[in-house]
Order: sequence, then C-alpha cells, then structure tokens
Amino acid sequence: MRRSDLLTLTLLALLAVLPPVFFCTGHPFYLDLATRLVILAIAATSLNLVLGYGGMVSFGHAAYIGIGAYAVGIPVYHDLWGGAAWLASTSGWVHLALAMGLSALFALGTGAISLRTRGVHFIMITMAFAQMVYYLFVSLGTYGGDDGLVIEHRSRLPGISLDNPLQLYGLCLAVLVATIVIVRTIMRSRFGQVIKGARGNEERMATLGYNTYAYRLTAFVIAGAIAGLSGFLMGNFTAFISPEMMAWTRSGELMFMVILGGTATTPGPLLGTLIFIVTEELLSHYTRHWQLPFGLMLIGVVLFMRGGLTGAFRRRE
Amino acid sequence: MDFALVFVQMLNGLQLGLLLFLVASGLTLVFGILDFVNLAHGSLYMLGAFVCASLTFLTGNFLIAIALALPVMAVIGWGIERVVVRQLYRRDHLDQVLGSFGLLLVFDVAVHLIWGPAGIAIPLPAWLDTHIGLAEDVVIPVYRLLIIGTGLAVAALLFWLVHHTRFGMLIRAGASDRTMAGALGIDITRLFTLVFALGAALAGLAGMLVAPITEASIGMGNSVIITAFVVIVVGGIGSMKGAFIGAMIIGLIDTLGRSFIDDGFRLIMGTAAAETAGPAVSAMLIYLLMAVILALRPQGLFPPSGR
Repeated sequence: MRRSDLLTLTLLALLAVLPPVFFCTGHPFYLDLATRLVILAIAATSLNLVLGYGGMVSFGHAAYIGIGAYAVGIPVYHDLWGGAAWLASTSGWVHLALAMGLSALFALGTGAISLRTRGVHFIMITMAFAQMVYYLFVSLGTYGGDDGLVIEHRSRLPGISLDNPLQLYGLCLAVLVATIVIVRTIMRSRFGQVIKGARGNEERMATLGYNTYAYRLTAFVIAGAIAGLSGFLMGNFTAFISPEMMAWTRSGELMFMVILGGTATTPGPLLGTLIFIVTEELLSHYTRHWQLPFGLMLIGVVLFMRGGLTGAFRRRE
Repeated sequence: MDFALVFVQMLNGLQLGLLLFLVASGLTLVFGILDFVNLAHGSLYMLGAFVCASLTFLTGNFLIAIALALPVMAVIGWGIERVVVRQLYRRDHLDQVLGSFGLLLVFDVAVHLIWGPAGIAIPLPAWLDTHIGLAEDVVIPVYRLLIIGTGLAVAALLFWLVHHTRFGMLIRAGASDRTMAGALGIDITRLFTLVFALGAALAGLAGMLVAPITEASIGMGNSVIITAFVVIVVGGIGSMKGAFIGAMIIGLIDTLGRSFIDDGFRLIMGTAAAETAGPAVSAMLIYLLMAVILALRPQGLFPPSGR
C-alpha cells in the first residue's frame, strides 16, 4: 500500500472512531468540531481537484458552499412561510439536487468564461464571480440579506435524521470517503491524466489532440458540484446560513487548507483541513486574535515549507 | 428621472471611479512590473485610512495629515516589500496569493490591536464640510469635488511619471523585460521596492480620501480589493490606461445602476418583483459586465502591449 493512502486511511479511521467516542462520553463539542472539519475537508478535496491536480487557482470555492447551503435554506423558508410554492420543499433530495445542480451550473457558466484565461486573470476572475454571489445574497432582503437566514428545520432524508448529530456526522464522513475515492479514481483515469498533463504542459496536450479547455471545464464543474454538496451538509449542520460564509477570505482559507496539507496528493486536503481546524481551535482558546499567529503561520508555510506537510513528509522518505 | 439627480449621480460615479483608480493603479503597477499578485493591497488602503485618522487628531488638520501619511504609507510599503514580498517574486502566483493573504490577516489584527475594533470617523475642516449649489436643486458637497480633483491630478501625475520621466522609462523597461533591464545596469531590486512603495502610497491615499465619508474601519480593504480586481481585469491587467478607463466604467456603472435600476425595473414589472430584482441585479451588475467583456475579450479592453 502506498504511504499516502495509508495516511489517508489512518486519518479517516481516526475521524470514524474518535469523535463518536467523545460524543458518547459526554463531550459533544468535539463532534461538532469534527463535523465542521469533515465538511470543510470535502470542499477542500474538491478544490484540490482543480487547484492541485489541474493547476487552476480557483479563488471562489466558498461560493459553492454558500449556494449549497442556501439550496437548503430557501426551499425550507418557503415551505414554512409560504410564497414561491414551486420552490418550497423540505425533501433532502430536492435540496441535494438544487445544491449540486446550481453549483454545477454556476461552475459551468463562470468556468466557461474564466478558463479562457490563465494565471492571475483566472485567480481574479474566479474571485470576482464568487464575490458576485456574495453580494447577490447580501441584496436578497427576503432571505435575511446581510444578517443571514435561520434554517428552521433540516432536510428530510429517508432512514436518517439529520437532527441527530451522530447520524449527521456519519453522513458527512460517508460523503467525505466517497469524495476522496471519486477524486482519487478520477485522477488515475485517462481523464485525470489529461488534466494533470495540461497542468504540466498545455501545448503538448493540445498537440496530442486533447481539447484541454473541455477537460478543464469538466473538472471545474465536478469540483463545483462536490463543493455544493459540502454546502448542503454545512447548511444542515449549522442550521444557519449567511453571506459571510462565502466571503472571499473563506475561499482563501480553503485554499490554505489544501496548500498546507500538500496539493495534488490524496491525503493533502484532509490533513490540511485537520491541521487548520485544530490550530484555529487551539489558538482561539488563547487569544481572540487567532488570526495574527495564523497569518504569520501562513506566511511561514509559503516562505519556508514548499509542498505542504505531505511534501515535508515525502522529502524525509 | 430628472436631470439634477442624474448629474449628481454621475459625479458620485466619477468620484467612486477615481478612488477605484487610485487602488487599481497601484495594483496594476505592482502586477505589471513586479509580476506580483498582492491581496494585501486592500490592507494598505485600510492602513492609509487609520494612519491618516491618527495624524488628523494629532495635527488637528486633515490636509496636513494626508501630507504626512503619504510618506508613512510609502515606508510601510517599503518595509513589506523588503521583508515578505521580495521573497515571492520568483514563486508562482499561488504562493504569492497565499503569502499576501497571510499579510492581510496580520494587518487586520494589527489594526485591531492598535486602533481598537470600532471604526474611526475623520472630521473635515469647516471649509471642506460644506455644500455648494450649482443650480436650484443641484447641491454638491465640496469634499466630493476635492476627491475628484485629487483623483484627476494624481492620474495625470501618474501618466506623466510613467510616460515622460526617466523613472517611468525604467519602469516600462523593467515591465517588458526584467532580465534585459537588469543586464543593462538598472538596479532592478531598488526599482521594484520603489514601485511597491508607490503602490502602497496610492492605495493609502485612496483610503485617506474615503475615510471622512465612510470612516476608517477594519475590513474596508477586503471589499475594495475585489472591485479593484474587476477594474484591472476589465481594463487589462498591467495597463495604466486600462486601469483608468476600467475604473471610470465600473465607478459609473455601479453608481448609476444602484440609483436607477429599481426605477427601470418598476416600468417593466410589478413593484414587488422590482424590489427584489432591482437590488439583486444592481449588486451583480459590475460582475456581469466583467463577464460580458471577458467573454468578448479575455485579456481585457486594453491589454498592455509588448508582454
């Protein structure tokens, strides 16, 4: 077994055992922390698909989390308060379809435009489109605008109650495992090889007859849909959604998680998210200003630790 | 829609455009010449506002405070370049983005620690804090005219600096071929530091000018930076002319959109629908405009030549 897969399995096993044990022994807080961690790890894993393997520095990933969460909040809102009967629903399937479908659609539209550009253009354009979604929800006073929207009840799914923290966590973890497997499988397929090839040398792939634009756009849409799924889970976890969840600094944090763990590796996003969430939690115990050591850490990682933690891990091998 | 309102909104749009230009010009200079993506550029805008606020209270005069704050901002820019930014020139854009994102977090907390969590309003001197009436129902704050005047003057100065001075010639040489310029004996390292300091002073100036209207607050830079990105993406990244025209377009469209789209929608749909759709569309307007322009011209309206 490859070392990186071993690391992934170890982390997943820890996540499968420890938080439920804490929960059952009367420390529900740790389950909450782990749920947030797992949901963000799903988003980070999907970001790794475009950012790590594809070399597309997408700086708007938080927007999909927001779209996914509002896809739960808005139908529930209308179910409760009336209006827009065609949208009102408490069914988890409807929410899920909306979350992933709208995210994929948003990725398709913005990707079609932004993928025609490279480098800095791409970074700025993805950022700007994400900010557009942010301002859109700020302007929608019906759904709370700036103040956000309380999701009065969670999505209804057959055979599972998302109101039960343990069951919700189980679902999130299952989705994370599925996401990791899917991304890993994609990257080992011919499709994945083309994506990686286009990162290394786009001209060569184009000369070989591959339509790199179409391949990239497909990867971008897949990543968007998975991130939308993580937003669906996030909405059900927090039962509250506000535009702040998709501020561009959130996208930056997601990127940092991927880089911290190591881009274009299977365990990287999960490891990075783990370190990020745990560090944030520890620092916030000591100081209100946890962002200060965090910012310094970020600068330090960029300046001195290239390739992230898995990179450091690999060099020692 | 009456003429007076349109005129006043045009002036507001012009003012927003010029402020955006001050932020975007530094961003585009730094990117065009240093090939560096600076997410912390908005932090310099914020720092400018806070430094100017403190100096205003210290000296008792807003204009003296600006004159003193500008070199302070240049020095801060110089320091950042020496300590962090310089290490990242040879890295890929991803590292630059993350490094400057780290800087941004540090600055937000630093401002919080130094100036406290609340925003600070900057008082204007009495002669600036008045209005002049141009016509019966057209009243314009004098301070807005000062912003517009300053913005135009700085824009003219920048064009002169870049196109008609030796420093500008070096900048353009460094932008088109860094290695060759270095081989010809230009001290590239010093040039880059100067350009970064100039960009910091420009962003700081925008923050200082806006602070009496909105007050200096933490996070004020984080929203302006994205709009500045839209400006330079629309105008063509690295082009000073593009930044100017882009800023004017974005400033005017955003201001006019917010003022008149609601009325426009009310003509074609019901009032209730217009009240939802109006703000939503005007919030997204500049991004939609960016999408259209990029769909037609992926490199922006005025991509810099020779790169």
